[in-house]
Amino acid sequence: MEESCTLANSATACIAERQDSIQTAGTGRTRIHCTTDSLAGSVSQRACVFCGARVVLNPVTDAVHLVHGPIGCATYTMDIRGSLSSGSELFRTSFSTDMKEKDVIFGGEKKLAACIDELVAKYHPPAIFVYATCVSGMIGDDIVAVCKAASARHHTEVIPVESSGFISGNKVVGYRAAAEALLTLIRPKEGEIIEKTRKVNFLGEYNLAGEMWLARRYLAEMGIEINVAFTGDSTVAALKKAPSACLNLVQCTGSMHWVASNLERTFGTPYMDVNFFGPENTAESLRRIAAFYNDPAITERTEALIAREMKRIRPEIEKYRAKLRGKRAAIYLGGAYKAIAIIRQLRGLGMEIVLSGTQTGNVDEYENMSRILSEGTIIIDDANPAELEKFLLEKHVDVMIGGVKERFLAYKLGIGFVDHNHDRKDGLSGFSGAVRFAREVYVTTCSPVWKCLHTPVPGGNTHGQ
Amino acid sequence: MLDCVPEGHVQHTVGKINPAKTCQPIGAMYAALGIHACLPHSHGSQGCCAYHRMHLTRHFREQVLASSSSFTEGASVFGGASNLKTSIKNIFKIYNPDVIAIHTTCLSETIGDDVSTIIKQSEIPEGKVVIHTNTPSYVGSHITGFSNMCKSMVSYLAQADGETKKEQVNVIPGFTNPGDMREIRRIVSALGIKLIMFPDTSGVLDAPLTNKYQMYPDGGATVAEIRDSGNSELTIALGSFASNAAADLLQEKCGVTGIPLKLPIGLKATDDFIMALKDWFGVEIPRDLAVERGQVIDTLIDTHFHYQGKSVAIFGDPDHVIAMTEFAITMGLVPKYVLTGTPGKEFEATIQKMLDDAGITGSKIKAEGDLFELHEWIREEKVDLLIGTSYGKYIARKEDIPLVRFGFPILDRAIHPLMPVVGYRGCLRLIEQISDALLERRDRDALDEDFELIL
Repeated sequence: MEESCTLANSATACIAERQDSIQTAGTGRTRIHCTTDSLAGSVSQRACVFCGARVVLNPVTDAVHLVHGPIGCATYTMDIRGSLSSGSELFRTSFSTDMKEKDVIFGGEKKLAACIDELVAKYHPPAIFVYATCVSGMIGDDIVAVCKAASARHHTEVIPVESSGFISGNKVVGYRAAAEALLTLIRPKEGEIIEKTRKVNFLGEYNLAGEMWLARRYLAEMGIEINVAFTGDSTVAALKKAPSACLNLVQCTGSMHWVASNLERTFGTPYMDVNFFGPENTAESLRRIAAFYNDPAITERTEALIAREMKRIRPEIEKYRAKLRGKRAAIYLGGAYKAIAIIRQLRGLGMEIVLSGTQTGNVDEYENMSRILSEGTIIIDDANPAELEKFLLEKHVDVMIGGVKERFLAYKLGIGFVDHNHDRKDGLSGFSGAVRFAREVYVTTCSPVWKCLHTPVPGGNTHGQ
Repeated sequence: MLDCVPEGHVQHTVGKINPAKTCQPIGAMYAALGIHACLPHSHGSQGCCAYHRMHLTRHFREQVLASSSSFTEGASVFGGASNLKTSIKNIFKIYNPDVIAIHTTCLSETIGDDVSTIIKQSEIPEGKVVIHTNTPSYVGSHITGFSNMCKSMVSYLAQADGETKKEQVNVIPGFTNPGDMREIRRIVSALGIKLIMFPDTSGVLDAPLTNKYQMYPDGGATVAEIRDSGNSELTIALGSFASNAAADLLQEKCGVTGIPLKLPIGLKATDDFIMALKDWFGVEIPRDLAVERGQVIDTLIDTHFHYQGKSVAIFGDPDHVIAMTEFAITMGLVPKYVLTGTPGKEFEATIQKMLDDAGITGSKIKAEGDLFELHEWIREEKVDLLIGTSYGKYIARKEDIPLVRFGFPILDRAIHPLMPVVGYRGCLRLIEQISDALLERRDRDALDEDFELIL
């Protein structure tokens, strides 16, 4: 690698075409190059359109999620999301049409219809989402028509998700495909009037490790009820009542802004961005939600909750802050909204952020990020492992916050790691989550195992064999 | 309820529910990682590559690097040739591997890209190698993809330099863990026979943590070794589904005699492996191996009453399941349900013959099955033990059956890729896991008055 990365003194990409996707905060460079397709031949950490659609829709707990394609797409997405359910667990079962050569040659529509028929007979689901994949898209299977016919045949919702993997635009386009499927699902029948309530919807919250349940407890204490989350621990029936909410909270901007603005247009429901990662973000979000209601009782309860929780967690956070002060952190996540939240949180722990990047951030988000980062911080879009390795070493990073593909890169470089993606098993949102996050950062950054790396090796270093 | 099987009679004739296989490209990617300094390349859209890397990373707990042609609509309409050529150029420039091993995906296969022609038209730096294999995801399984990549290693690289063969053996180890490949190397080396093993992921996906990062760890079969496999006297193909195709091609292309064997999992299969080498090369069995074998027999006798007569369901990849079923019979377990997700009628025939020879009747065997079917069978009539991948944990929990994790993938436990299940040491490990699983269950279920210190 070193031959091709000789310029180590600045944020220089390993390949010229990638130069515009990397910048240094505070150096007044032009806009970062992002939301483009990955360079061919790159070891990109990015996923595909299908993946984006699947992660957004998958937590709809009582639906059948049927993947129309060869087996892999279903196998790799079998129960990997960590979204918890308080009811049906049907969404965790993996369904595939398992397309074979003859389906590719003669078309897979008949097989898809037969699969739907059998699944309806077995599970009587209130809805079936049918996901298009590369091959079903390429051979031109008309899944819209198959779904329409199946809906009529079974008097149940069979909804196509246009998620062929090769459509350019990576996961974000998949979020849109999922969003369109959701809007199809919640569209009221002709003449049906859905009465408004005082409840809120929570968009972009997937109930990973029960995080939605925590938010629900906070809001309940304030006197506000969650109508339905998109899509953590949701059901088809609950989603259909989405138009009754008086406010949409939007958490994961990448996947849900488009839905929120659509709901505003169609049902007149206003929306606001919220962020439950980190105590300050959580407090700020709760206050803004309370302000929307303009009810002194709600405001009072909100302030009491915030005061109590802040007081409760402060000594805990301080304990970790004392250990973590001055440590250097790198962030590489799917979306920018979470990256920005984590920058705040790590700062709160006294840490320095030296690298920040995402797979799917857009220009505005990168500008926001650049504004809050200190001078000299590397900002990177769609990083490949060679770039991550280079900057992690160059910047003497102590801990990295990322997803599953980055974990072992960090470990091999002797760097601590916190999973802030789908693999996380502990809720990291809200006040309690902030303490858990601090503990996770502390555990990996200050683990005694790193000392083993620096003790003399009996017999010298051996690289296997 | 984590339960995919509804009450009453249901039809399941089309599609898969909770698959027991995955697609070809990931097998090809894994095989390619067993070539030294090789970057696997996925010729398709980037999601495939990301999913395969993630899945392998979760099983091995190691970084898995692979590049992608990053297809978009353009490539899909006009063909992927320019994406692939650009990829090859970029990969050598950025990642500088010795070898790029390309596999196709369902997308590039459906488009019909002619990869070997594209490679010929590409700029390949002096001393570098590009190979490819076709892995349409809608045919076979990940095991087929592994087999195809092994075969391509032979077709692209193996050469016979003359009529005379060298006194060395090729071993094709199948889709096994790096710990297994390391153990196979130890056994062959204990016999004093020169070995070429490909692919070989030991030293790649079980590499130690040192104070230095290596993008390409020291392990893996080198191009020179794979080339020289054409000069070997003998090839042993371990596991017919994963390894026979490459061995057959070596025989055809370079005149290397091939012996197909089971994966050396269990006493008999390990004996067969060692005896095949002894007979061919006329070597003595070293005392250390004889002692290990004796320990296995000793342990089987010490523990047989823990598992004798217990019924077991075994599922996973065909070569693993075939060898494991044989060992289960050796141990006195009764394989009641035996299932693989990979298609292949010979799987059913092989297992049926083993059961017939052992006088076991009434078992259900299925190739190209899924875990819905396995769960249905278990629902009808329960077994005492489940042996298979992490995906078995749902059935294990629902039906309250102990699960011994075995095969690929294991996503919820660590260390297993380093611990061999092959060879005599592997036998000890399997006996320990099976026996412990049943005894843990016994302790858990025992009433206070039946709870004993000594079992």
